[in-house]
Amino acid sequence: MATLTGRAERERHARHLHSRLLAGERRMGYLLLTPTLLVLGVFLLYPFLFGLWLSVTNAELTDIGHFIGLGNFKFEFTVDRPFLQALSNTFLYTVVTTVFKLGLGMGMALLLNQAFPLQRFVRAAVLLPWIIPTVLSTLAWKWMFDPTFSVVNWAAVHLHLVAYPGPNWFGSTNWALAALMVVNTWRGFPFYGVSILAGLQTIPHDLYEAARVDGAGRWHQFTHITLPMLRPVLLVVLLLSTILTFADFQVPFVLTNGAPYNSTHVLATWAYQWGVPGGAIGLGAAISLVLFPLLAVLVAATLLILRRPE
Amino acid sequence: MERALGRWIRIYIPILVLLVITLFPFYWMAVTTFKSPSELFDFNQTPLFVRQPTLEHWRELFLHTNFPRWTLNTTIVAIVSTAISLFCSILAGYSLARLRYRGANATGWAIFITYLVPPTLLFLPLTFVIRSLHLFNNLLSLILTYPTFLIPFCTWLLIGYFRSIPRELEESAMVDGATRLQAMTRIVIPLALPGILSAGMFAFTLSWNEFLYALIFLNDSTAKTIPVGVTQEFIHGDDFFWGQLMAGALMGSVPVALLYSFFVDYFVSGLTAGAVKG
Repeated sequence: MATLTGRAERERHARHLHSRLLAGERRMGYLLLTPTLLVLGVFLLYPFLFGLWLSVTNAELTDIGHFIGLGNFKFEFTVDRPFLQALSNTFLYTVVTTVFKLGLGMGMALLLNQAFPLQRFVRAAVLLPWIIPTVLSTLAWKWMFDPTFSVVNWAAVHLHLVAYPGPNWFGSTNWALAALMVVNTWRGFPFYGVSILAGLQTIPHDLYEAARVDGAGRWHQFTHITLPMLRPVLLVVLLLSTILTFADFQVPFVLTNGAPYNSTHVLATWAYQWGVPGGAIGLGAAISLVLFPLLAVLVAATLLILRRPE
Repeated sequence: MERALGRWIRIYIPILVLLVITLFPFYWMAVTTFKSPSELFDFNQTPLFVRQPTLEHWRELFLHTNFPRWTLNTTIVAIVSTAISLFCSILAGYSLARLRYRGANATGWAIFITYLVPPTLLFLPLTFVIRSLHLFNNLLSLILTYPTFLIPFCTWLLIGYFRSIPRELEESAMVDGATRLQAMTRIVIPLALPGILSAGMFAFTLSWNEFLYALIFLNDSTAKTIPVGVTQEFIHGDDFFWGQLMAGALMGSVPVALLYSFFVDYFVSGLTAGAVKG
């Protein structure tokens, strides 16, 4: 009897202690989150919700405006021609650069995954385009693409790739879009490369040995071992990079800012154009929200992929 | 012999090509800064080299522009916003990785989602917020807004680091009479230092490189950061001062390049933590 009450007592005591501990953890958990939630609430969540409201108003910087329904969106899709061009540019820009970044990044990873001298130096050097301030390296590219005095056309002409004087890069829509894609790809592929390289290094060697024993060739090994094992890394990198490229502002703003004739804008620069120099914040907010549905899909996909292993 | 040739074709030459592609723009920046205007616009000469090097663009940059001021501004903003972000994300990361309470998991995912919200979606409404706080042309406008993209990233990175530290270490300290807070500050945080370092370096680099908010919130020449100052003030109408532009671009890149070259392993582990570990 005595031992029984003793045990019950002890158990109750333990339960009590446990729940007190948990209550303590809960209080501390919320407390530690407070600074983060405060910052994100005021400068991220609030602006986001406020942006939703702005997109259905005719707000200007000094005037909060009033509700005009879907007027901004109607204006964009029916009247504002550069917007439609910006919309299609954004998709083209994202798709083309993503394909190139993936291809080059894969090549870079496979190359750097081999043994060679100065490995550390090379691995560090090739990531530089991704580390350096994007607008500053974009400036260098803008100068490199200068049609008359600079190095891209000089090299292309001397290698007999194009006839003198070479393309006027920022004078035609197609060349200007191509230049944008080159710069974005140059800046972005090292991120793919290094992430894929890290993924490659987690693949166990014995898989390849077993495949060799079974007589599988290099290509077969690549498609049947490397690619399937890289799938999670590839998906995450692709989604992150697609989100960033889709919303890119820096490269298009510095390199062309729409030139020639507002034909090379993307959604981000066109939203800026209306919202900041143009002063039509409501309209600008509506334009940047056009990004939102696709971003939401991409974000949801990222979450699903990251969640699955658990 | 044939083996060696094969290695050149399969490895060395592709690596050289890769290095040229990634590094040439930096060489081009450097070479441009030493060319006199007459050399810059002489299309009869090979553009790859300098014939008569001059330091005039560098002198101009440091003595007659606001570049030194921009460097100071950028440094202040990067250091302070990194410090704020690390403080917030160490606390939040610990809370989400270690403490058990309702909503912890959902909060973790919510913070991850905010990491995926691009500034492009927020900059216009944020101009209202900054205006009502009277922070235009004030570095505080950046110091307060940069943490919105730094904290989610750092928190996510640190959650992974905190989880990799065995719970038992903390529990045994608490059995010995340490409080939760002591266990966190004396045991978990010191062990997570590599993670904190790599989060800090990412935060510093991201704030150093930020462009959109700085472009919109700062208009006074003396208030600008390097990316905005260099891209906005060395171009007058259709006149591009390429020598100055490239000198500014190079100088603006050097600090992050140095930081990165000293800590490249932290960078790469931080970069790949998200992608590989998931």
